[in-house]
Amino acid sequence: MELAYKHPKSLKSIQTKYCPGCGHGVIHRIIAEVIDEMGLQNKAIITNPVGCSVWADLYFDFDSVQPAHGRTPAASTGIKRMLPDHLVICYQGDGDLAAIGTAEIIHAANRGEKFTTIFVNNAIYGMTGGQMAPTTLVGQHATTAPEGRDPILAGMGYPIRVCELLATLEGTKYLARGAVNNAVNTRKTKNYIRKAFEAQMRGEGFTMVEILSQCPTNWQMTSLESVEWLEKNMIAFYQLGEIKNTLSAPATAQAH
Amino acid sequence: MAEEIRLMKGNEAIGEAAVRAGCRAYFGYPITPQNELTAYMAKHMLAKGRIFIQAESEIAAINMVYGASSTGARAMTSSSSPGVSLKQEGISYLCGADLPAVIVNVARAGPGLGGISPGQGDYFQATRGGGHGDYYTIVLAPKGVQEAADLTYEAFSISEKWRVPVLVLADGLIGQMMEGVVFPEPIDPATLPRKDWAVGHVTEMHRPYNHVTSLNLEPDGLEAANRIRFERYGHIKEELVRYEEIDVDDADIVFVAYGTSARVCHGALEMARAAGMKVGLFRPITLWPFPSARLAGLAERGKRFLCVEMSMGQMVEDVRLAVNGKVPVYFYGRCGGNIPSQEEVFAEVKRLMAL
Repeated sequence: MELAYKHPKSLKSIQTKYCPGCGHGVIHRIIAEVIDEMGLQNKAIITNPVGCSVWADLYFDFDSVQPAHGRTPAASTGIKRMLPDHLVICYQGDGDLAAIGTAEIIHAANRGEKFTTIFVNNAIYGMTGGQMAPTTLVGQHATTAPEGRDPILAGMGYPIRVCELLATLEGTKYLARGAVNNAVNTRKTKNYIRKAFEAQMRGEGFTMVEILSQCPTNWQMTSLESVEWLEKNMIAFYQLGEIKNTLSAPATAQAH
Repeated sequence: MAEEIRLMKGNEAIGEAAVRAGCRAYFGYPITPQNELTAYMAKHMLAKGRIFIQAESEIAAINMVYGASSTGARAMTSSSSPGVSLKQEGISYLCGADLPAVIVNVARAGPGLGGISPGQGDYFQATRGGGHGDYYTIVLAPKGVQEAADLTYEAFSISEKWRVPVLVLADGLIGQMMEGVVFPEPIDPATLPRKDWAVGHVTEMHRPYNHVTSLNLEPDGLEAANRIRFERYGHIKEELVRYEEIDVDDADIVFVAYGTSARVCHGALEMARAAGMKVGLFRPITLWPFPSARLAGLAERGKRFLCVEMSMGQMVEDVRLAVNGKVPVYFYGRCGGNIPSQEEVFAEVKRLMAL
């Protein structure tokens, strides 16, 4: 009988510290599946960022490096330049990538660094307890935006569309945005990750998959409400799909 | 075959020494007065097919070092005082993760943007860790171009041996001046062994997966990790302390100075000796670990000390801690980018002799 379901080797079968309904678990799972499918467990290195996913090194079963907050793309640059035949995954949250580490991501992308960034956008600071993120939607509540994000009167600025921002840079070759709020979006996201990883192993240039993810705890919702809120509010603002694809080799990824 | 003597700028000699030490990756950001070093590395690292990146910031540069060092490669960055301040977060992480690295500070005068002339005001930052948390870095202080090359070359192996970053603390004068220098034999980085603590090459290394991190949320776990690191610091203090002494044995007053100010003191010493005064020079080469035991021993013999620095007085605190009140410790300093002349230092020692 054909095996229809198994736990990926690249992910330990232990309980995570993530909250119920958090998207990180699903994202870890699909990354691990792609690594297994590509046979790269012994060549994979993840840089796990400061934020909730600082725990990623407990869960992924391969090498990891934990850099300072926002400096993840700089550390990934150092690793990938030394180990160009390895799969380097720069895992970042929205605070890490789009606030404190904005300079690092823009310049790593512009240099066309050949690692893959997995950008988990849940529009809130999770680890520190629900502060406004650069990607918090206008009107969305946060502990530091108690009346909702107000871009003008309170001077809180606007949510940043990172894929679109990076798309202008010539070093970027593949920028896709997926989501993990339902099975269909999760499957599409896995396909984006596979394309990005394959492009990385071909040495094409900078690749990034932004993943809209739910944070029921800090959104102060049930898990079910959170996936619906993501669908209705986040996807309306952050368009899903391949925002930029200038990969030279034909895409081989299949939706699984 | 013996290497020829080459006339080189300090900054370039540091670069050549790093290339010869098997440095596989250099990451830097432009800042005066160390720019020749970055340019030298761009030319020579790229020519050898090694990694050179002009980073977007000092912060990015030190974190690129962090990544490269995580793979076990010899990696370095260089900067000058304001830029080294920016690197402190990364240095703290390097120490917390027990990663080797070489960091060169061609120091200038501060605080703030300060000036671009030589300074020694970064002593506290260099010898007290510099960033957040409980840690030290090894600090080597060259007095000239030859020693800058020698210490930079050796910094890589010292750093690897102890898994502690090594800071080479020069200053703008040493970086900018030209002297004759003979370089050690080049090391081919491909011949350097892989590290069992590094990431990458899992299959070839036959090891479990490695996690390079400074995170430890359990207080007992973090305390234990810090205590292990401090045990290592204890061994470093036993094995690594270095200093140079000139005419100390019969001296009544001993200059204590490092780097450029030690050169000035050497000149003042010769003036004093010519005038019949018993003056010596004690020059720490390792600023951390500091040669406290030797200074304490000299204090037991009743020597008085005159600490001369290009700052308002920083190393003088370590000298006072070392002699523990047994003998007078005087201080003479210039700052703001001023280098004391040997005449003014001689005048000061003459005044003290008369006390």
